[in-house]
Amino acid sequence: MEKKRKNSRLREIWFQLKTNKLAVVALIILIILIIVAILAPVIAPYHYAEQHPKDSYAPPSAKYLLGTDKLGRDIFSRLIYGSRYSLSMGVIAVAIAAVIGITVGSVAGYYGGWVDNLLMRFLDVYQSIPMFLLCVTLAAILGPSLRNAIIALGICTVPGYARIMRATVLTVREKEYIEAEKAINAKDPRIILKHIIPNAMAPIIVEITMGVGSCILSGASLSFIGLGAQAPISEWGAMISDARSVMREAPQLSLYPGICVMLAVLSCNLLGDGLRDALDPRLKN
Amino acid sequence: MSEELLEIKDLRIEYHTDESVIHAVNGIDLSVKKGQTLGLVGETGAGKTTIAKSILRILPGLQAKILSGEIRFEGKDLLSVSEREMRKIRGNKIAMIFQDPMTALNPIETIGFQISETLKIHNKLTKKEARKKACEMLELVGIPSYRYDEYPHQFSGGMKQRVVIAIGLACNPELLLADEPTTALDVTIQAQVLEMMAELKEKLDTSVILITHDLGVVANFCDSVAVAYAGEIVERGTVEQIFDHVAHPYTEGLFASLPRLDRRERRLKPIKGLMPDPAALPEGCSFCDRCPYAEERCFKTKPADVELEPGHIVKCFRVAGGE
Amino acid sequence: MLKFIGKRLLMLIPVLIGITLVVQLLLEVTPGDPAKLMLGMNATPERVAALREELGLNDPFLVRYGRYIWNLCHGDLGNSFMTGRPVFSEMIQRFPYTLVLVCISLFLSVVFGIPLGVFASTHQHTWKDNLAMFAALFCVSMPAFWFALMLIQRFAVKWRLLPLSGIASWKGWVLPCVALALGFTATITRQTRSNMLEVIRQDYITTARAKGVSEVTIKYRHALKNAVTPVIMVVGGMFGMMLGGALISETIFSIPGLGQYTMQALNSRDYPVIQSSVLVLSLLFAIVILLVDIIFALIDPRIRSQYISKRQKEARTDQKKEDQEKGAAHSEGR
Repeated sequence: MEKKRKNSRLREIWFQLKTNKLAVVALIILIILIIVAILAPVIAPYHYAEQHPKDSYAPPSAKYLLGTDKLGRDIFSRLIYGSRYSLSMGVIAVAIAAVIGITVGSVAGYYGGWVDNLLMRFLDVYQSIPMFLLCVTLAAILGPSLRNAIIALGICTVPGYARIMRATVLTVREKEYIEAEKAINAKDPRIILKHIIPNAMAPIIVEITMGVGSCILSGASLSFIGLGAQAPISEWGAMISDARSVMREAPQLSLYPGICVMLAVLSCNLLGDGLRDALDPRLKN
Repeated sequence: MSEELLEIKDLRIEYHTDESVIHAVNGIDLSVKKGQTLGLVGETGAGKTTIAKSILRILPGLQAKILSGEIRFEGKDLLSVSEREMRKIRGNKIAMIFQDPMTALNPIETIGFQISETLKIHNKLTKKEARKKACEMLELVGIPSYRYDEYPHQFSGGMKQRVVIAIGLACNPELLLADEPTTALDVTIQAQVLEMMAELKEKLDTSVILITHDLGVVANFCDSVAVAYAGEIVERGTVEQIFDHVAHPYTEGLFASLPRLDRRERRLKPIKGLMPDPAALPEGCSFCDRCPYAEERCFKTKPADVELEPGHIVKCFRVAGGE
Repeated sequence: MLKFIGKRLLMLIPVLIGITLVVQLLLEVTPGDPAKLMLGMNATPERVAALREELGLNDPFLVRYGRYIWNLCHGDLGNSFMTGRPVFSEMIQRFPYTLVLVCISLFLSVVFGIPLGVFASTHQHTWKDNLAMFAALFCVSMPAFWFALMLIQRFAVKWRLLPLSGIASWKGWVLPCVALALGFTATITRQTRSNMLEVIRQDYITTARAKGVSEVTIKYRHALKNAVTPVIMVVGGMFGMMLGGALISETIFSIPGLGQYTMQALNSRDYPVIQSSVLVLSLLFAIVILLVDIIFALIDPRIRSQYISKRQKEARTDQKKEDQEKGAAHSEGR
């Protein structure tokens, strides 16, 4: 019964989403990007670090679809591998943030009182530091690497999820069925897991979709300033960083990865917009 | 008999949404005489508000489509006058009072501004004159004029509705459309506000279309009644005609579902069922599904208007007499 | 009103204490010894130990924290490990550049963002709206640093219209400001549009229409005023994001502001500078948020009336009494 209801809710969302053509296109692009990321070794003609010193700055050709960089590395392959790093940056960072945020938010909202007060004051302090500044500081302190950049991103984006979760919990908590659960002596974690989190899903899903986009963006920025992926990893931001020094000679080198970042982020945002409309039809225009 | 101030003929309005077409108003005829009050009664969703908004032509432009009909006001067809001319009528000759005073006032403007705005639009007034007139209006609806510079959130619901009424009456309109003006208020406040409206109406000699679902209000307040059901007017006439000689089964049902002190009945008799989906109206009489007297022909063909007495018009086969 | 501002200023203190604590804690858990870093790779352990003692790095955490706060209260942010110069004076020197960069960008975003949003909302369901919205989302999704590079590539390298970097003349400011403002302009556009559409649906807009107010007045007076107030809130939050963006922007365009200073410190692990940067930038952010709240309270009567000071309230009740006594029906108000 429960499952059936959930299914029909999902179907309804899907039905709503289908009417939004841009969102569907975005979803397709994202799926393609994910497949490319997973199958990168199969699709890419070369390894991302493979150098062909003789073919430095080769123009696009059948051999090198988008040409090569200074070290003769195939740009096309690097972009394909880059999707792995860039996407995983977004996805893992958001996963970290969402798990911590949802936990903090539901605990704060559910227990209320001093727990809530303490956690919220902490978030206030947290959010009073400009997000990107905190992120850069964290990444720098942890030491520049792809892993640390992801951790820094994840930690910095926690407050958004926590706040959404808390707000939803506060509204759901007062509902009768929670009272009923309490009356039959259900344990707190059970109530949180079974009733409160499913209710908060709609806004959280939207936040996650948009969050992946913004984490890809911030992640690329971190790599660009040397605090994220390190050479020779071909994360898109790192590729732009590499290409910066040769902007005069080979401007196209910074063009492609930038387009990739934009495409991924744009898709996330379009899908997020579409999902928001689908989940809450009232907001639709 | 006084002359007709407003006459609506065969008005049809549809709403187009992404999924369906909603037949909100399906060929209604209405008229209001000068100085009189018409009670427009019906359930939520019967199309009452749509009718009122169509008179002012403030229906949401993209979804709402007026298919046919005319709305004659002082001899002019409001549906064919220019937008500029229409603007001169809105708030000036015809004004409207909305259902929910909580949301009907702009939260970030003073109530004084909101009253004087309509005055300034329709009359050549200086700022000072507009303010003076607006203060008079406030006093008229029982609000001390020093509250001119206060904001809506500083007023209670009943007071807000008074402000809304003051806005409506500011330009001394010929016709006031009052869309359930008391529904959102407490019962005690309702009586006050209605009382005040009745007084002002007498004083300013305004005609009123009072939209309500409260037959008690109609009995006290109105000269004539129109009963709306699923976008049609199923019965209309003077208050006496309707209250003493109920003809349409729906009106009958409305009366039966009212609590009455003068009769010892154990239970109220609610009308069974729900109003038909306005996106898929039945082929025959729109009330046939819920009508206790429904016959075969009721399901197949739409009943036409039958005039029982002069002015008492009913849409039902039963009163037309069997053949 | 003063009470409101005072209250908000007081609330700033625990936040600032929190920030210093967080930063101190962060540096605490960081691997690496600052003394070693200062002395370089081939310093003897004795010299490192001596320096640690000198810098007070061996004291317990709370002692060091207390000392830091104490110095902070005297306007002493410590000396840079790298250059040895006092951080405070260096920051004062650099501060104007960052402020100019962020303020111009913010100004550009508001000046272009709000009208564009209004334009889109008034052309809803037309291609103009769709195009504007898609373009806005496009700009939101664009990496700012990449856009900056593309601008440099076009305007500085290819067409040689504007300087590559540095701010020798006003021309030097053009690219950094445009690059920083683009994404935020798009965000404001989106926000303004959705607020406008939300407001246009409200009952009070129908009331205005029923009063005979013209469509133009409805859109640009009634709706816009209501729609813009929440946008101001967004602008406050944006200031913080712009400070973050300034880190990269100043580095790319070599603007000697706080952002560049912070980035240099981060790369060389110059702790006093990192600590102070985070603190100062956060303080700046907090002040802006405070200003926004005050502006918001001034615009929105619902908030304003909550914070009207007692004296004003008394004055008003007196006025009321007076009016009542006079029975002044047509008083010209307070």
